[in-house]
Amino acid sequence: MHLATYLGLLHSSLTTLADAFRQVGQGHGDEPDVWHTCQVLAGRVDRQTEALLPVVRRYGEHRETEPERLHATGLESTRGGPVGLLRDLQDLYTLAGLADITWTVVGQAAQGLRDRELLDVVTSCEQDTARQLTWLRTRIKQAAPQALIAAR
Amino acid sequence: MSDRIADIWGTRTPHAKDAPWPVRVDLHLDDGLAESDVDQWVQSACVLCSNGCGCDIAVRDGRVVGIRGRAGDVVNHGRLGPKGLYGSWQHLGEDRLTRPLVRRGGVLVESDWDTAMDLVVRRSRELLAEVGPLSHGFYTSGQLFLEEYYTLAVIGKAGIGTPHMDGNTRLCTATAAAAMKESFGSDGQPGSCTDVDSCDALFLFGHNMAETQTVLWSRVLDRLHGPDRPVVVAVDPRRTKVAEAAVASGGVHLAPLPGTNQALMNGLVREVIANGWVDRDYVDAHTLGYDELAVTVEPCTPEHVAGICRVDPDDLRRAARVFGTSDRVLSTVLQGFYQSHQATAASCQVNNLHLLRGLIGRPGCGILQMNGQPTAQNTRECGADGDLPGFRNWDNPGHVEQLARLWNVDPLTIPHWAPPTHAMQIWRYAEQGSIKFLWISGTNPAVSLPELPRIREILAREDLFVVVQDGFLTETAQYADVVLPAALWGEKQGTFTNVNRTVHLSEQAVAPPGQARSDLDVFLDYARRMDFRDRDGEPLVKWHDPEGAFAAWRECSRGRLCDYTGLSYDKLRGGSGIPWPCDEDHPDGCDRLYADGVFPTHPDVCEDYGHDLLTGGTTSPEQYKAQRPDGRAFLKAAEYAPPPEQPSADYPFVCTTGRTAYHFHTRTKTGRSRRLRRAAPEPWVELSAADAAALGVREGDLVRVESPRGRVEAPARVGRGRDGVVFVPFHYGYWDTGGDGHTRAANELTLTEWDPVSKQPLFKVAAVRVTKLADGTRPAPAPTTTASAPHDPAGVPATAGEDDVREDVTPTDPPAPPPTPERTPNVPHPASKG
Repeated sequence: MHLATYLGLLHSSLTTLADAFRQVGQGHGDEPDVWHTCQVLAGRVDRQTEALLPVVRRYGEHRETEPERLHATGLESTRGGPVGLLRDLQDLYTLAGLADITWTVVGQAAQGLRDRELLDVVTSCEQDTARQLTWLRTRIKQAAPQALIAAR
Repeated sequence: MSDRIADIWGTRTPHAKDAPWPVRVDLHLDDGLAESDVDQWVQSACVLCSNGCGCDIAVRDGRVVGIRGRAGDVVNHGRLGPKGLYGSWQHLGEDRLTRPLVRRGGVLVESDWDTAMDLVVRRSRELLAEVGPLSHGFYTSGQLFLEEYYTLAVIGKAGIGTPHMDGNTRLCTATAAAAMKESFGSDGQPGSCTDVDSCDALFLFGHNMAETQTVLWSRVLDRLHGPDRPVVVAVDPRRTKVAEAAVASGGVHLAPLPGTNQALMNGLVREVIANGWVDRDYVDAHTLGYDELAVTVEPCTPEHVAGICRVDPDDLRRAARVFGTSDRVLSTVLQGFYQSHQATAASCQVNNLHLLRGLIGRPGCGILQMNGQPTAQNTRECGADGDLPGFRNWDNPGHVEQLARLWNVDPLTIPHWAPPTHAMQIWRYAEQGSIKFLWISGTNPAVSLPELPRIREILAREDLFVVVQDGFLTETAQYADVVLPAALWGEKQGTFTNVNRTVHLSEQAVAPPGQARSDLDVFLDYARRMDFRDRDGEPLVKWHDPEGAFAAWRECSRGRLCDYTGLSYDKLRGGSGIPWPCDEDHPDGCDRLYADGVFPTHPDVCEDYGHDLLTGGTTSPEQYKAQRPDGRAFLKAAEYAPPPEQPSADYPFVCTTGRTAYHFHTRTKTGRSRRLRRAAPEPWVELSAADAAALGVREGDLVRVESPRGRVEAPARVGRGRDGVVFVPFHYGYWDTGGDGHTRAANELTLTEWDPVSKQPLFKVAAVRVTKLADGTRPAPAPTTTASAPHDPAGVPATAGEDDVREDVTPTDPPAPPPTPERTPNVPHPASKG
């Protein structure tokens, strides 16, 4: 059974995502909404990780070591300026997207295993991940025209 | 004669439940004048708070010499408040701008209209050619007239095509609009002031009505002095007159720590659910989202919430019981919620309480998501706050197409690719240099925006061309490249709409001073000089005067909730103001909305597809349609999250800014009224008695309040607020000080943060420290008649004025309230079942 591999992927994706939210928030402190929302969302990703732990205890987890295999590298640094903000938010979108589809995969396994506890965890975390993606999409749409057309 | 400085609310005229509010006509004339000296009475309504009291302006020898309430107006039944009586007209001749000013060699010099407008138009054209529409930003007001906002909106959206337009309404009422959009699908006040006459319980959430809407509070006081008085519940960290009335009425005063409103509200909602006070039939038939709401509030027990808000859990239980068991409840909400953390989420919980009990759309069962400014409703409905005019939805291509047809322009011209740019973001773009042209009309951001040191830096930027249009040389105007002198209320004609949708006509009483022009004329002149054209090469703006602009707006409003098609200048003349929606089938307007529990949430009509309350992420059209709201209201839920700034060892207090009854906004008008200036001449810092004692501060001692951003120095009022909270009035700026230091305005302290949904800045949660600077020699200059009353009245002289207002309690019959239709106009009904 390869679920343990996917739980490992999910676990590391969530850790990376939470770190990235914090990093982007701090790197763009002059955008107060980005700073605050990133901190709030990072805290909620931490809660997802906590919710995953009992599942990991039951199924175990297998962590891939090679970064290019099933493992998203986080952000090394944040960028400056309006276009930099846009790019950083896009990176977050990619990382949140990876977490999203990984929850979906794990959720499918939970269905097959008839694991009600895991299904409940997946349902609530998928909603939370959708919220991250929704906010990122909203903020990116808002920032894009000004950054690409008017910013220096 | 009455002294309405000492007696803010005037003589009581008690009335019983469901009995009409008696008439009392308030009159104030210039010293030495009698009514027989008045040449002419000119119809208007007061523009010094959102109540919008109907009034007549007294004119003698071409000059305004007084004011009188209109007995037959549904809003005020003849009354006026101290600001209306003493502050509405006394400034008209004082310190006015009479000629355009332009910056030459770094200083503002007198000029003429051609020179000034030529500079504006030249810079505008240059930037449109170099950068495009996104280089332009417009920051307007809650003080102009409907006709002016609509003209500005058309110029911005169809002429230039910029999404960067907002009003200072972002600072005062953006959350009212946002909360109504989230819950009901559209802006539009559900309740009416007439609900005061019929309610059994009155909840005021962060609303110091006694000072912000004094005439509405008179209406409440008249119920409280009547035979079957309502129970009042006040949510406010200060012991306001409202809070005193709550205790006296057998109700509750809840004083949550600033920043914790959402926790408190989740606690109240939980109690209503847990005690079975929910009207399940109403909830099932008329709402969506009950299960998620119930799950979200489930952990919010009174004890849990009390720990966060630092209130007594039994007080919370009592307040919930009043809400849950009273037959008719009226709720009002204002800045204590709107300018605080999780503003939209907390205001939506007020809507939820009413929806859960089905208390909406019937006499005494209402919600007043209040406005602050008198014409804020028009900023919102006309689109001068960035929204699309007529409560149209930027994310609905059909709505954009309607406007494109109306204006005869390419739909792509109209910015609708994202939510409109809110004020705080406009200033951020200016700070980053991507907005290079900022036109500020009728507002004073150098005093009213948060974190003033930053705002001054932005205004002073070399690469930002600033146009300021105002009646006075404000703190903001000092930074302008071009200053345009504007006519004020009484000097121009137009309409505006108060907090419960009542539209008034304000006629021109006198000529503006010098070369000052109405804001409408300035915008029309700009449009003409810019030569904005429609698709057929005709002028984009096709009107030339207020009545023409009103007619254009009427067409824009046709078929929408804010329908004005049944209104005209002629119809608004002579009688009372009339609340929209007003169309052919509802010629007398509508007092309340949603009597049948059907809301404008159908995807084809709603103003917004909604947001996630925690982050502000927007719901997509597909997600929205999939919920099949179709006339049902949304019970929106959100967890409490801690505010972005909390007290720390370095900054141990929470600072909350606010208002006093005697001043409006940044005092450009009220500060020039002798009586109002005397009543509240200088800023003060309000401390609780225990905090003052711990700091070694006595009444009148000079203290410094510091945040990480700036500081304020003022005498201390040892007041009656809750411990740990400092209050500073936000009205005071620098136009009337001699020195050049910046230690007077409350917004030196505030932080640049905003609500994720309404984008309203957080004025109420700055962490500060307080130090004593010097012993005082006299009491603080804070009024004693209001929430700023001293803890120990001994040695503090009472605030008083002169006996100069005639109050005529006449046997005249009060005006009948407007009708409430069973079906709200222009709200589609779901297909009947079966």
